[in-house]
Amino acid sequence: MGILHDIGKYFLMIKLSFSKSCKKEVLYKQIFKEINDLILDSIQIVSILSFFIGGVVSIQMALNLENPLLSKTLIGYATRQSVILEFAPTFISIIMAGKVGSYITSSIGTMRVTEQIDALEVMGINSLNYLVFPKVIAMLLYPFIITIAMFLGIIGGLLAMTLTGVPSESYIQGIQMDFESYHITYSYIKTLVFAFVLATVPSYHGYYMKGGALDVGKASTRSFYWTSIIIIILNYIVTQLLLA
Amino acid sequence: MIEVKNIYKSFDKTEVLNKIETVFYRGKTNLIIGQSGSGKTVLLKCLLGLYEVNSGEILYDGISSKNMGINEKLEISRQMGMVFQGSALFDSMNVLENIRFPLDMLTEIDENEKNERALKFIERVNLKDAIEKLPSELSGGMQKRVAIARAIVMNPKYLFCDEPNSGLDPKTAIVIDKLIQEITKEYNITTIINSHDMNSVIEIGENIVFLKEGLKIWQGTNKEILKSKNKEVDDFVYSSELLKKLRV
Repeated sequence: MGILHDIGKYFLMIKLSFSKSCKKEVLYKQIFKEINDLILDSIQIVSILSFFIGGVVSIQMALNLENPLLSKTLIGYATRQSVILEFAPTFISIIMAGKVGSYITSSIGTMRVTEQIDALEVMGINSLNYLVFPKVIAMLLYPFIITIAMFLGIIGGLLAMTLTGVPSESYIQGIQMDFESYHITYSYIKTLVFAFVLATVPSYHGYYMKGGALDVGKASTRSFYWTSIIIIILNYIVTQLLLA
Repeated sequence: MIEVKNIYKSFDKTEVLNKIETVFYRGKTNLIIGQSGSGKTVLLKCLLGLYEVNSGEILYDGISSKNMGINEKLEISRQMGMVFQGSALFDSMNVLENIRFPLDMLTEIDENEKNERALKFIERVNLKDAIEKLPSELSGGMQKRVAIARAIVMNPKYLFCDEPNSGLDPKTAIVIDKLIQEITKEYNITTIINSHDMNSVIEIGENIVFLKEGLKIWQGTNKEILKSKNKEVDDFVYSSELLKKLRV
């Protein structure tokens, strides 16, 4: 019953976030602030992770394709598919559930604990619209981060192969092999679904938290736990619907 | 003026307020006092419209809270200012931005006018030198003054203060109490302060409502409370050893 109650409350929160809108100028300002906090501040960690994970993926592919009958182009092909289909959209989203999700839960949770949300309500402001809606809009730029992750993951693979001694021509030929643009579409659809989850689930955990400073930490942990689980389940559902 | 008529409030089966009947006067500092758990905060939240009462009504200058539509509620809530116990300032905004915030959110006036109005109240609470500072750079007393300025920047008819001097040293607490009283007179506001601080009661209690276990036990002024014959009031007022000694 507890989970059903939470699911209902979560959808009501989303409905309220999109209703009784605050002034446009205020929302614009908030959206730009959120783009900075959620998107631009995440580029560095996503770039570093993608680059090195791309390198590791290609090395492991090379390790498993030692058979001389198998073409070296398969390394580039497999790396590209892994990065585009799973690593960039899903793995990065799980990392973002920790990075962005914890930030959202703790910042909204702290506002709850210090009565800042009550202050907004007393002023007659729809606090959910003011706090959650700009995050949802800012996360529409999340595919931009995933594009960087895809690009750097493949480049990381290329560099690792060059250092390992695999000819870069084979790798480049591999990443161009049997390219299906629908896989990119699939990947971006997933990314947008995850972006919505990343903006709203941590907001829910922060907004409805109760207690003091210690509970803000607990809410952040709970938020990461649930955001990751929801992302993994939705990943399966979207993949089943779009690729199966 | 706010009139409270026979209100009753419970949470599930727990009765929190029972048949509260009282008046909070315009231009006066009205205090709600009582021990922890007496129902002070719930009464304040009912007056703020954050809690719906189970029965009875609240009249805001004659306008009844009963059967009030969303727009009427919004209209009343925009005539209210609130000073929270922990100040509730927005961490990411400096003093000027915090005070300007209600103007940015709720008015259509131009930027210059907003700044002028905010600066007027910043000067009123003596924070001219702290305009650019963030809440984390301010002392507790300064934070309370910012909260007061933010609460009155929209020229509210009703000002609510929840334990405005909690966490402050006695001297700063008196400064904050006096500031609230001065502002109440200056802008002719109906101010309602939730407190259990006897210093506040003695300093600024022009109309005091004493609650115990959800019931209104006593109502009067700061002069009357010190001479009250009511045993429960007497126990509360003279609960400290210092006041007991002074009484003798």
